[in-house]
Amino acid sequence: MYKRAQSIPLRHSASALGNNLAVLRPPDPKPPCSLSVVHGRGVSLLGLASESEAGRNVHSQRLLHCKEGGATARRAEPLQGGRGHCKEGGATARRAEPLQGGRGHCKEGGATADSTLIIQARWCVLVSRVLLVVTSRRGIQMYEEDGSAMLYWQALELPEALDTKVEFARGIAAVAGLYICVGVSSGCVLVYNIPPRGTNITLCNELYQHAHAISSISSETFGDLERTVDMVSADDGGVICTWKSGEDFTLIQKLPPYGCACTSVVMWRGIVTAAYGTGQIRVYDGTTGMLHADIDAHARWINSLDVAPATGWVLSGSEDSFVRIWKIGEMDQVDGIEVAHLHSECVKDVLVCGAQFCDTRGDSFAVTGYDLCEILCYVKT
Amino acid sequence: MASRSLPLLFINLGGEMLYILEQRLQAQGIPGDKATKVLHDIIGAMFSRPFLLELFKPQEVFSRPALHSLYQRLAHTSIMRLNPTSMDKLYDLMTMAVKQQVLLCPRPRDLLFVTLNHLDAAREMVRESPHALALINNTHHVLIDTYSCMTSGEFQVIRQMLLYFFQDLHIRVSLFLKDKVQSSNGRFILPVSGPVPCGTEPPGTIRIYNNVGAVMKTKTFPVEGRYEPPVREGFLDPYGDRVTRLGTNMYSAAQNLDTQKQGKRSMTNAQSCLAPDPLATVELNLLADLLGEGQGCGRLNSDGFSFNLFAGDTEEGDICMSAPASCENVINIDASKQSQLVAPELQKVLLDLHSDSTVLQASTASHQTSPQRKHRSHQPSPQRQPRHLLTTYATTNIASPSSSRTPPSCYRQQHPERTTSLPPDVGTP
Repeated sequence: MYKRAQSIPLRHSASALGNNLAVLRPPDPKPPCSLSVVHGRGVSLLGLASESEAGRNVHSQRLLHCKEGGATARRAEPLQGGRGHCKEGGATARRAEPLQGGRGHCKEGGATADSTLIIQARWCVLVSRVLLVVTSRRGIQMYEEDGSAMLYWQALELPEALDTKVEFARGIAAVAGLYICVGVSSGCVLVYNIPPRGTNITLCNELYQHAHAISSISSETFGDLERTVDMVSADDGGVICTWKSGEDFTLIQKLPPYGCACTSVVMWRGIVTAAYGTGQIRVYDGTTGMLHADIDAHARWINSLDVAPATGWVLSGSEDSFVRIWKIGEMDQVDGIEVAHLHSECVKDVLVCGAQFCDTRGDSFAVTGYDLCEILCYVKT
Repeated sequence: MASRSLPLLFINLGGEMLYILEQRLQAQGIPGDKATKVLHDIIGAMFSRPFLLELFKPQEVFSRPALHSLYQRLAHTSIMRLNPTSMDKLYDLMTMAVKQQVLLCPRPRDLLFVTLNHLDAAREMVRESPHALALINNTHHVLIDTYSCMTSGEFQVIRQMLLYFFQDLHIRVSLFLKDKVQSSNGRFILPVSGPVPCGTEPPGTIRIYNNVGAVMKTKTFPVEGRYEPPVREGFLDPYGDRVTRLGTNMYSAAQNLDTQKQGKRSMTNAQSCLAPDPLATVELNLLADLLGEGQGCGRLNSDGFSFNLFAGDTEEGDICMSAPASCENVINIDASKQSQLVAPELQKVLLDLHSDSTVLQASTASHQTSPQRKHRSHQPSPQRQPRHLLTTYATTNIASPSSSRTPPSCYRQQHPERTTSLPPDVGTP
């Protein structure tokens, strides 16, 4: 069903992180797209030229580092603690102290250097702009689409007591074309209001439903079509929450935990597809919370999920070296939901850490693996 | 959590070190009492209570060069002295073995059982020493207290941190190549068959549910791998069955433990040394000091011996630094002929230089006095060696208690590329 296409070489190998491949898919048919892969303290940003018979040519490749506040970046106001959040009795006041040092490298901040390790990078497509959001142990940074300028950064509080849990940010999604939601290891989801232009990005909401570190946030934009749910968040405890965005984000469903970390979650037409560390994929109704189907999909931890918005095809990538494509269709009252396995691809001896469709229909996809210095590409035959 | 990664890393690497040393001591015919003493001394230092207390404090993982210096210090808490080449090779082996174990962990929590396998083996090595046994049992308790209630997500974060530590390391190990766990390009082979981990079901089934939660339909899909039902969970108690074989001793006496670095890829910027992090420097100094309080640190005592770890494995022999003439009961282990050419006076000088952490110049001098020595593929040429080793072993100053405290060049994993300004012709998709 798919064949191997020309790989895209990377200057730096991909790190073993969940969802370690981001693809920016402009809406035009067969567009050139951008890809990003996290390597340690840097994010490789690749711009691809138009597809040719020879395959995709890399137009540009740059390594973006997790820097602290540039001249144009807006430094976030310190977060006020005590908004009812705590699973530890109020001890973790999440004050975001802007890091000292201004421009320069993260190591000048004086904290331990691998807290500048990047956890995730994602493009957020909003109504009037596209931002690149990068999360790390130190905080959250938002850049212009090409990474050329940092627009906003939010520091996470460094733990004061030695035995408090480590803070990091993980899980990024654009919601309703207006907001960017970012998860934090404490379980909070930060909601940022993004203006059509400029750096006046504000933290407008903090959602406290998860008790474990957020692993993934996903959303679905419907244009004019109103849905009852448009955002889903998942955490390391296996809890999934579905939300309706707005001035106040409304919790629609909080699905009970399934005994293992939920590593990645996507939503398509109100149907939530969630991948777990046990290798299972579960399909839920986002509005009612009902379990529609489950799939014993992989033999190891699933690192990545993606959905092709035009077809509803779901792509899963796992540490078992397999990438699989599923058709998850609409609910039928008689037969239940349609779930079918479409394709399996064995990426030999590779611990897959990112797998994303490169177009909206699922006609091509890209895969990254730990220690791999290339992005593997596959196209439909 | 990344702040809890170091103890697992240290114990696993230390465990591999013990396996390799035990195998080499046996393979090279070191007398049993000396071999046992070496292992006992190292275990005593590695699991000493003050060291453990410091190790288990939440802190970030050191860089590969920094841990190298710590293990060198650890090795030299014993009566054995390793030359830099031996230490390099030992560290390469250790890191590749643990990389394979971390990579092949069926599920993140199995990291704990891999660590317990190493601890079990250390316990077996010192079974006749009540003091050492008590230290290991104490370590066991601390391990269980720290890690047993961590969630799968927390273990995965730790595992990802460890995989970052090992990233871009593709040293080929002859034992791994022979056993077909590593391919010729240095990458480990990931199996697509065998039992699935505890909590997972073999892939291949789709279940559709109706609106009351009952299974309405079951379908299957083709699966390329040959998977078997899950294994049971391992046991955490001191003498329990860990189930996983990862972390157990895979070395037997007759094996060749040759290694070969894969071009320049293993020296990537992921681990290169840049300006050190001051907090990490302090922490590493503290750990090294705690190791240094063990027996046998600094100069050799009368039982001491120099040990060419991998002599006989390859055609080229390492230069062995013999014990000073003033020491009694000195054993030269070097199987190569070169060491016999080294004059007693030079031996004493070499040892003095080693203790003062200028072993680098000594090694260079030794190389130059050995006309029959052949160039090794993974060893830098003598002309380049001083600078390379000086860069890597700047931390030796810290490890040696007799030398002045010179801040090391780097302990943290740093990325050398700093894109403080973007190129003007950057492409925008």
